[in-house]
Amino acid sequence: MRVLCCVKRVPAPGAKINVTADGLAVDAAHLGFTTSPHEECGVEEAVQIAERTGGEVTVLTLGPAEAAEQLRYAASVGAHLGVLVSTDGAAWDPQRTARALTAAIESLEAGSGAFDLILFGNESADSGGFQVGVRVAYALGRPIVNGIKGIEVDGPVVRARREIDGGFEVYEMDLPAALGVKEGINLPRYPTMRGRLASKKLEITTLVLDAAGGDQALVRLHRPTETVSQTVILGDGPDAAPAAVDVLEELGLV
Amino acid sequence: MLLVVLEHDRGTLGEPAREALTFGRTLAAKMGVEMHALAIGAGAPATEQVAAASGDHGAARLYTVDHDLLSDFGPEAWGQSLVQVINTLQPGAVLACGSERGNEVMAQAAARLDWPFVANCTDIIPPAGGGGQWSMTRIQWGGSLLEDATLTTGTALLTCGLHTVASAPVEPAPVAPPETQAVAVELDAALARTVVKDRVVLEAGVTLPTAPVVVGGGRGVGSAEGFAPLEELAELLGGRVGCSRAVTNNGWRPHSDQVGQTGTRIAPEIYIASGISGAIQHWVGAMGSKHILAINIDPEANMVVKANWAVIGDLHQVIPAISAEIRRRRDRP
Repeated sequence: MRVLCCVKRVPAPGAKINVTADGLAVDAAHLGFTTSPHEECGVEEAVQIAERTGGEVTVLTLGPAEAAEQLRYAASVGAHLGVLVSTDGAAWDPQRTARALTAAIESLEAGSGAFDLILFGNESADSGGFQVGVRVAYALGRPIVNGIKGIEVDGPVVRARREIDGGFEVYEMDLPAALGVKEGINLPRYPTMRGRLASKKLEITTLVLDAAGGDQALVRLHRPTETVSQTVILGDGPDAAPAAVDVLEELGLV
Repeated sequence: MLLVVLEHDRGTLGEPAREALTFGRTLAAKMGVEMHALAIGAGAPATEQVAAASGDHGAARLYTVDHDLLSDFGPEAWGQSLVQVINTLQPGAVLACGSERGNEVMAQAAARLDWPFVANCTDIIPPAGGGGQWSMTRIQWGGSLLEDATLTTGTALLTCGLHTVASAPVEPAPVAPPETQAVAVELDAALARTVVKDRVVLEAGVTLPTAPVVVGGGRGVGSAEGFAPLEELAELLGGRVGCSRAVTNNGWRPHSDQVGQTGTRIAPEIYIASGISGAIQHWVGAMGSKHILAINIDPEANMVVKANWAVIGDLHQVIPAISAEIRRRRDRP
């Protein structure tokens, strides 16, 4: 089975996120980069499916040349092929991103046939547009369901679980299909030394293609106004329990 | 007209729909238009409860789409229905709540129309004079950063961030439910492919997103077994246990208990956050809480600084003491 997983390179912020002077990007001068969390789980899921079905995993990213780092990371945990749609590194709006990814997937599929399953992260950790996967799947004519935290491939059918309040929903689709996955679907493995070495040899296919921009434009990023809370310290250790229970009682909970 | 897409579960309107209507009232006023609501479903989706609740929250009119394919939620069938309703009614903007389903349905409609869609807005300014450019502030990084954006479009497709506003009915309450009007749609039978096939209920009663009290534990809890006193306190208060990402990464709790950007966004009356430093990824899931009580050995911890109240100390001693004190007071004659 051939599985494609789309990933996004995002900064790995610490306790605070700073913005560049022009307000157009996260100041990543002192930050490392990582794979957006839902997508890291997507790669793990793709690798597990390929292991079970004797298949192949392709990882696709759209970003600057440095995003090759995230493709190599995916290879170090078991992905087989890496494809980079290179940009100048500026943030692309969701419509433009989706158009470029669609064109990239169409070109990959024209070469080696349709992917049986395409995995997206439910939303990216940074811009969080909640739409790129849906747009790409629709343009490719594939069904897609988001919010997926369980996947079971059974011959030509994929069953997917989505968490709801107090339980889960089950969806069932014929392949080929696409799914938007969420963290919690699995616990991603760490790369082995052997995996790391193998990832250095990954041949990355670079596609240069542009796409028409969408109608949403970034003006500036800023931090929300911090609500400065005057924390009332109720006391130290277990002796503070009565004061804590007074608070709960005031809220009508005791 | 501003059209609000109502999120409901087989005829029961939930909190996200009330939030969208509350947010939508302000937006409709800025646009200078009426707010109408849309219920998509099968077999009279505008149940009495849906009609009454949408009217109570300010919808002047209620449209319904009733189709056999819509007997349960299906992102493609809902998205396609919304597209046809938009084509029929030509609203000035369409708004849903930025819940998992809300964002998904709007993305499905936007993909079909090849229109832009701006998710998780916290503030929206419609174009002056009816045409041109929208301005909005929207959530990035789960709420750690905000983005000011512009949108050039005819009909704007928008969601408001979950818990951006607290839902509130209009006052005085309307005397009668809104007038209801059916809108016919034609759906390709193939769209049944993404309609919910089955549901599995794992737990009844209070769940993490709706719990009035959440007792959260972080790395400071130390182990899976360490959560027993938190469970006990949560049960005493009719609440649920939540946890940070460090906890699920260590395998101490299931991911469904995780509060945070990649987990659940909670909005309880009080969040008792114990042994949680308050990293941004966790904070954005907890910031919808009405009150926060932090329990931490570090008085400088981010969670302590942001809390309403704090107890400085070891949660393994403080939490059992709180439970004991609650029992003592309840047993008082």
